[in-house]
Amino acid sequence: METLTLDTFVTKSKSDSPSGPYIKVGMDTGGIAAGAARVLEVLQEEVKLAGLDLPVLPTGSLGYSFVDPLVEVKTESGLRTVYGKIDEESAKQIISDHLKEGKLLDDHVVASRKRTNDLGDTQTFAILVKDTSCDGGDKTQFFQASFEEDFRHEGLTGKVQVVRALDMGIYGEGLVVKLLPSGVTYANILTRDIAQIVDQSLKGDKVVDHRVYAKNDPQNRVVLRNCGRVNPESLEDYVAAGGYQGLAKALKASPEETISTMKDSGLRGRGGAGFPTWLKWKLTSDVEADQKYVICNGDEGDPGAFMDRSVLEGDPHSVLEGLMLAGYAVGATKGWFYIRAEYPLAVERIRIAIEQAQEAGILGEKVLGTDFSFDAEIRLGAGAFVCGEETALIASIEGMRGSPEPRPPYPSVKGLWDKPTSINNVETLAAVPAIMAKGARWYSSIGTEKSKGTKVFAVTGKVKYPQLVEVPMGTSLQQIVFDVCGGVLDDIPIKGVQTGGPSGGVIPEQHLNTPVTYETLQELGSIMGSGGMLIMDEHDCMVDVAKFYLKFCVDESCGKCAPCRIGGYQMLQLLELISSGKASLEDLSHIERICNAMKKASLCGLGQTAPNPVLSTLRYFKNEYIAYIEGGPRYARQRKRELAGKPERKAS
Amino acid sequence: MIQEIINATINGIPIKVPAGTSILQAAQGVQVKIPTLCKHKDLLPTAACGLCIVNIAGSPKKPRACCTPIEEGMEITTHDSDLTDIRRSTLELILSNHPNECLTCGRNGNCELQSLAGDFGLRQDLIPRYVRELPCDDSTGSIILDFRKCIKCGRCVQVCQDVQNVWALSFLERGINNRMAPAGDILLNESPCIRCGQCSAHCPTGAIVESDEVTTVWDALHDENKYCTVQVAPSVRVALGEAFGLPPGTNLTKKIYAALRRLGFKAVFDTNFSADLTIMEEASEFIERFVHGKGEIPLITSCCPAWVDYMEKRFSDFIPNFSTAKSPQQMMGVMTKTYYAEKVNMDPAKIYQVSIMPCTAKKYELERTDEMYASGYKDVDVALTTREFARLIKQSGIDFLNLPDEEADSILGEYSGAGTIFGYTGGVMEAALRTAYFKVTGKNLQQEAIDIQPVRGLEGVKEAEIDVEGTKVRVAVAHAIGNVEKVLNKVRAARDSGEETPYHFIEVMACPGGCIGGGGQPYGIDNEVRMARIRGLEADDRDCKLRFSHENPEIQAAYKDFLGEPLSEKAEALLHTKYVARPSYSK
Repeated sequence: METLTLDTFVTKSKSDSPSGPYIKVGMDTGGIAAGAARVLEVLQEEVKLAGLDLPVLPTGSLGYSFVDPLVEVKTESGLRTVYGKIDEESAKQIISDHLKEGKLLDDHVVASRKRTNDLGDTQTFAILVKDTSCDGGDKTQFFQASFEEDFRHEGLTGKVQVVRALDMGIYGEGLVVKLLPSGVTYANILTRDIAQIVDQSLKGDKVVDHRVYAKNDPQNRVVLRNCGRVNPESLEDYVAAGGYQGLAKALKASPEETISTMKDSGLRGRGGAGFPTWLKWKLTSDVEADQKYVICNGDEGDPGAFMDRSVLEGDPHSVLEGLMLAGYAVGATKGWFYIRAEYPLAVERIRIAIEQAQEAGILGEKVLGTDFSFDAEIRLGAGAFVCGEETALIASIEGMRGSPEPRPPYPSVKGLWDKPTSINNVETLAAVPAIMAKGARWYSSIGTEKSKGTKVFAVTGKVKYPQLVEVPMGTSLQQIVFDVCGGVLDDIPIKGVQTGGPSGGVIPEQHLNTPVTYETLQELGSIMGSGGMLIMDEHDCMVDVAKFYLKFCVDESCGKCAPCRIGGYQMLQLLELISSGKASLEDLSHIERICNAMKKASLCGLGQTAPNPVLSTLRYFKNEYIAYIEGGPRYARQRKRELAGKPERKAS
Repeated sequence: MIQEIINATINGIPIKVPAGTSILQAAQGVQVKIPTLCKHKDLLPTAACGLCIVNIAGSPKKPRACCTPIEEGMEITTHDSDLTDIRRSTLELILSNHPNECLTCGRNGNCELQSLAGDFGLRQDLIPRYVRELPCDDSTGSIILDFRKCIKCGRCVQVCQDVQNVWALSFLERGINNRMAPAGDILLNESPCIRCGQCSAHCPTGAIVESDEVTTVWDALHDENKYCTVQVAPSVRVALGEAFGLPPGTNLTKKIYAALRRLGFKAVFDTNFSADLTIMEEASEFIERFVHGKGEIPLITSCCPAWVDYMEKRFSDFIPNFSTAKSPQQMMGVMTKTYYAEKVNMDPAKIYQVSIMPCTAKKYELERTDEMYASGYKDVDVALTTREFARLIKQSGIDFLNLPDEEADSILGEYSGAGTIFGYTGGVMEAALRTAYFKVTGKNLQQEAIDIQPVRGLEGVKEAEIDVEGTKVRVAVAHAIGNVEKVLNKVRAARDSGEETPYHFIEVMACPGGCIGGGGQPYGIDNEVRMARIRGLEADDRDCKLRFSHENPEIQAAYKDFLGEPLSEKAEALLHTKYVARPSYSK
């Protein structure tokens, strides 16, 4: 890319976006694990063989982890189709059927989440059908046949395709039909509705009101705005998608205005603690120093969490832009990416982004021709969870043992190499450019009064469709689990949702309607955390859950302070005693006392929050602990068999 | 600079403290004791133990008093039922990870953890004990690391890395397996350890203790074929009393002589004598180099074995600058087994020499090189630290504090004030300058100039320019061995650029404060204690009728009757040593 200046830059806009046809393959770590790399190869070969002139490009994750690998096809007509679960076979079909014959593939289409009740002007060329009932029998094929049968009668055969969809983003709503390209969606339709739909909406131009499903997807992609859309290894793509416009805007104004925009936006730290981003920047900005630093904390480590990885892999330039904005706001000329070494692809994408930005004059001396100079470097984390803690992270970058230091002094005053340092999480930084570009008012209109904007969650566990979700703050757990992720696996009743990873707690079924905000989750004994969300069904054992998370913290404790080092270990021993049926009620009170000491006397967040999974399960599921204590070893053995899924032994 | 004064309250007591004062410090000022097992007055807070948590009105957190500076208007509560309960729980946790071996521990009766457990009235183990089995490291012969007893307070690591700049100790592994150990998980004697023992002096528990050789001394004393002699180092006399409940700095020289005699030593000598002897050699060496240009300038003192070890490992380019004069301990050993043996007509093979030292590195010095056997025998057989000596006395049934005063034995017992000040930082320099001045000018320093004030005190590096009748002698004194690098780098810079050396004479002592702050001294060291001990030795110097090594009549006799003169062939053979470059890591 040619060297950019502030002036040449502003003229670039979304209209420059490459508008031609393309094929994009979700080449994030999840996609690659599911075979995306091979799919990309096959598609490139096939395109060549077919003599087609369209690029086959890598992109990040759209978030639909449950249908990886993902492929998006955009044809001359501008229509974009997302396919999931693509293998070599289906990849070839994409070329032969979709591109050559204009036929969508059965059982692979992932419907877009946009729904409308307006048929628009364009003639419907295909309908997606999918049985979303929870009754176990799949009637999708039957309905496809029914529609095709009806089409034959109505003379639509060959004019409108009936395609079996892989996923509609709608769950438990019976048979769902979506008309393309309008997006008009019908749910819970019965056999007798088919004729009416065909008659009114396909032959005519009327929406069948009583079956229309216009409920919008609760998701709102701010942080993930470019993930799965842009080529993460292309600066042009990012710029075409509006990238670096936020930086340009900030550079034309002042660092103070950048901070005040952040203040007005209400953005809070997405690493989990929710500290106001503007305040963090202001504190660093206020300190006089010859050198300041900004750090991007990419040491994501919660079990089951992959928000930051997806953003780093899918949209590295937005994180870099966010870091630059942070640097500009606080007066830093140097930024560091601290990324865990287990994320090689994220590291590689950031490395490429840095190089590209340097070449384009976005990074380095005189950014975009202004007086602001800024450069960035990468440091790898060696796999210690505690290095996500700010002072430990700093020690790690400095080459020291990664263990936390007492605060104050806070890093904002005395951080990396004793210089004022502002540390922000990946997700926070990725939101910043969007806020700068679109304005604080836009961002603060999303979310709740105290928790503004959106939050990305990695929803995993006993959930039907595990995926990356981005919803406005204030969305309820119920909506996230059931509306977006399709509910609990095998439709077993839900027991609770674990949020906040090892620092969080379990939110029981009765509280699932609570809107997700920093405050509400804390009141319920959990925390927002970085965004891991684990779904548990009624068969899950809460003592095991507590043990799992506590064990994680015991393994990851740096061992510096006594309450965390010994408290965690000893508590785990007591929990083991409970789940083997050998504990007494007194042990339960020891656990509570150790929790209290760890919470209040540990040095850093890891130790202070490590008891949360134990405390929250004790709060909502104490009966399960008591059952082990009262049931003794016999009960414990029986429970173990149940949990292992072995048939219950007949009582003798 | 006007320091900002902060107003706050601790337990309702109004306080005014300078900005930057920690809650822990401020509380001490108003007679409030907040428990801690990791914060040491010498060291920055590590915030490890978690016992010093307090409440601050309006804050949901419980910050640590050790590392939280007081802010304007803070209302601090240091003790309430919740805090006490948390402290008790934390203490129980620490005990659950600590072997229950108090009765056989080197710190029995003198352990910070034991005391706190006693204060909190912990009467039973509520939490099952888990202690990882790890073998002790006794590889140095000076210091024993018992990893199982370590509570991970971090003091030893901090003192080793940040104060001493030795970097022998570090933390390895994490979580419950986190442990203090030589970096790289090697043995301590394979590490850069210089055996200064500051780790043992700062350890709150029995995890790092001196290698105890009291039994060896008992065996020698009970052996009829051995003729036991003893020497006592300058700084021991002003510190030993602390082990018997006396305030630091109390001078017990004459009771120590009496106790040693009662213990069965046939001859009681004083290392202060051999300190005078060291000065005679070292001052002569200085004049040879400085006045006659024979040898490298600056001359660097070599009486601290930890420093010698450090120099050989880290600064071996300064070997030519080192004084070849042995330390007073070794001079006393060789003089006992040659000069004294001759005088009393005793077979030196039968003579057994014990030294009472403030130092753990002195144990290492005994066998440092072949020159430590200059008498034909091991010149000094065993070195006890002050702490071991206190135990020796306590085991012997001697009512130490009520002993009558006695004198040391001739011909190695008389000392001058210059010999006694060897025990603190700057003292060797001062003693040497007193004699060097005399040797150059032919007259003694004026009464009011004898105390060379600029080289005294606890400043890490002290510099001075001494006027020797028109010739300026530039000197530097460094103590706490982490400070030596600055001084030597200056010399290196001048040497490399061909400029004149910034110093002519450099004194280095490895321990903060010098030997009075030695790694083998009674527990509870801080700068207040160091100053009190220094004051004790200063008074001893002032009270001596002789203030100059060269005026010590027993020194004069030793040269006249035995050695000839300083730097004579005989003196060189018996009283001087050599140095070799050694690797920091032997593994």
